[in-house]
Amino acid sequence: MRYVLDLGGLGQLLAALRQRGFRLIGPVVADGAICYGEITSAADLPAGWTDEQDGGTYRLKRRDDGALFGYNVGPQSPKKYLFPASATLWRSHPPGTADTDDEKPFAFIGVRSCELHAIAVQDRVFLGGQHPDPLYAARRDGAFIVAVNCGQAARTCFCVSMSAGPKADAGFDLALTELTGEGGHRFLAETGTPRGEEVIADTPGAQPASPRDATAADQIIERTAAQMGRAMPAVDLRDLLYGNLEHPRWDDVAARCLTCGNCTMACPTCFCFSVEDVTDLAGRAAERNRSWDSCFTLDHSYIHGGPVRTSARSRYRQWMTHKLATWTGQFGTSGCVGCGRCITWCPAGIDITEEVAAIAADT
Amino acid sequence: MWADTEPWRLAAARRESADTVTLGLEPPAPFVFDPGQFNMLYAAGIGEVPISISGDPGQRTRILHTIRDVGAVTHALCATPPGTEIGVRGPYGSHWPLHTAEGGDLIIVAGGIGLPPLRPAIYQALRHRDRYQRLVLLYGARTPRDLLFTGELARWRGRFDLTVEVTVDVGDRDWRGNVGVVPDLIGRVTFEPGTATAFMVGPEIMMRFTVRALLERGVPEDRVFLSMERNMQCAAALCGHCQLGPFLLCRDGPVLSYRQLARWISLREI
Ligand SMILES: Cc1cc2nc3c(=O)[nH]c(=O)nc-3n(C[C@H](O)[C@H](O)[C@H](O)COP(=O)(O)OP(=O)(O)OC[C@H]3O[C@@H](n4cnc5c(N)ncnc54)[C@H](O)[C@@H]3O)c2cc1C
Ligand code: SF4
Ligand code: SF4
Repeated sequence: MRYVLDLGGLGQLLAALRQRGFRLIGPVVADGAICYGEITSAADLPAGWTDEQDGGTYRLKRRDDGALFGYNVGPQSPKKYLFPASATLWRSHPPGTADTDDEKPFAFIGVRSCELHAIAVQDRVFLGGQHPDPLYAARRDGAFIVAVNCGQAARTCFCVSMSAGPKADAGFDLALTELTGEGGHRFLAETGTPRGEEVIADTPGAQPASPRDATAADQIIERTAAQMGRAMPAVDLRDLLYGNLEHPRWDDVAARCLTCGNCTMACPTCFCFSVEDVTDLAGRAAERNRSWDSCFTLDHSYIHGGPVRTSARSRYRQWMTHKLATWTGQFGTSGCVGCGRCITWCPAGIDITEEVAAIAADT
Repeated sequence: MWADTEPWRLAAARRESADTVTLGLEPPAPFVFDPGQFNMLYAAGIGEVPISISGDPGQRTRILHTIRDVGAVTHALCATPPGTEIGVRGPYGSHWPLHTAEGGDLIIVAGGIGLPPLRPAIYQALRHRDRYQRLVLLYGARTPRDLLFTGELARWRGRFDLTVEVTVDVGDRDWRGNVGVVPDLIGRVTFEPGTATAFMVGPEIMMRFTVRALLERGVPEDRVFLSMERNMQCAAALCGHCQLGPFLLCRDGPVLSYRQLARWISLREI
């Protein structure tokens, strides 16, 4: 079902979610970017802000229509909460305890289509195998998702070519499209689950959408799709990369790559972590911690005798072939959803679509 | 999943060489594994590492692990006094496809610390000796002093139904055996390449040359099996460290056929 709600209605919707015991996580302006953080009401949302992105650049800018979701994606994604950057897996005191989340379930507000796809990818990684991750499961369990269909695309976006957007197609409880023009500032809301329907029923301001509002929302999404700043070349990526593991382009990109790992930290699907066992000084209490790791570090491939992937060439190749080709063999899905974060947050402005295009052009 | 399993008790430790020790661990309940599988062993507060099971799969109450002391965790494990409790998770990974080998010759090739992960397969093949034609073990170490399981090797050599060839990179005054690298042994033994199956573990470079020698003699790619090694931190196909191309070695490996690996192991730094 499709509904329409105004700003007041959105406030009621968030209140209804809080009432149901959810912990609200949404976009907030922090550290010069739009990040994910705890919010309590619609007043915390980044009204009138947008972002301008390109290879190696990100800038916050004002926009004059007061839009709440008028930006694209920031450096973070819901991964920050579902798979936190560091966590304790096990503690000896009290015996057998861990960082399982006994707090309230999350409600994520403003999740983009590429991020829904990224969550689906991480669900497969962390929950789809023989040994599901209890920490991820606890945080993911019962999470409520309010998606937002993008009203614009950034110059770094290429979700269309990855079949991952811009319209939220699955994996949400509610999906909003923000309308700011004629007819006033309002949101078209589509329900994706019975839970979404129940929350709308608790939002007095929600009215059935008129065909005009529905058409306006569809047009916005079409316009966004037509605005994609970049595109992944339409080739069989697995064949291309498997066939070019020794291509000279890897040397070319290695000369530019700083192996800083920013791309892996910003990526909403990257899941590698390292495990560290520690004890207190007396050696009585032990703990096992995990934290995000990156295939750009030497430690990532360390085995006795030295790291396997010593050169920048081999580490960039590992990262890119993993994202676009070997991930499919491992988890039955691509590891890239076309969000463009790795392009924006790379200090060298390295662009995954351009690297693929260079190899494809020469094959 | 992480460390909530009941600890095992170290019943006995046996020194195999200057840097290698076999731990005999008693599980809280009978433990079933397939030859080639490994466990994650936890040295309290120091770390957890993958170690292959090196004992007889028929023995379910004392599980052997043969460990070379190369760093912090393996050092702590090798120095653990009997009676201590040790955290163990497993068994993980794929196993030696002994069924594939039935009916033909079985060639087992080990370099250095590669012999322990193969020993369960040797026990199994000897237990069902009639299922195989020739049974051949080729084993190399750096020096005679680095050879593992020497008493057992001597007993195996005494059997008429098992061919054992041992080589060292560098001999000493008392060494009367082969000197040279393991792949060179392939040319010295008799077997029927068309029906042979090979299992191998050792340094990657040794395995590359051994594979080449086997393929040259006509052993098919899909009957050559290697146990591969990468950094491994979770053994649950989650941490991403054990990737080798499309394989997560803790889940899809460590044992894979050369047919699966060919594209990848010919590359450097993969
Ligand atoms: C499937 C498998 C089976 C193995 N079986 C045996 C065996 O039977 N006997 C044996 O002696 N060794 C075996 N190893 C190698 C053994 O795991 C490493 O020697 C050990 O991890 C080194 O840890 P460390 O802390 O002592 O050394 P350090 O060099 O201090 O290592 C630091 C950390 O790096 C990682 N690491 C280092 N080397 C390796 C490695 N080779 N493989 C995986 N992770 C590594 C570990 O997380 C380790 O804690 C096996 C490895 C794998 C992958
Ligand atoms: S690889 Fe880059 S574009 Fe693809 S999902 Fe990760 S950050 Fe986004
Ligand atoms: S590609 Fe860019 S962000 Fe990624 S490691 Fe290299 S320099 Fe850093």
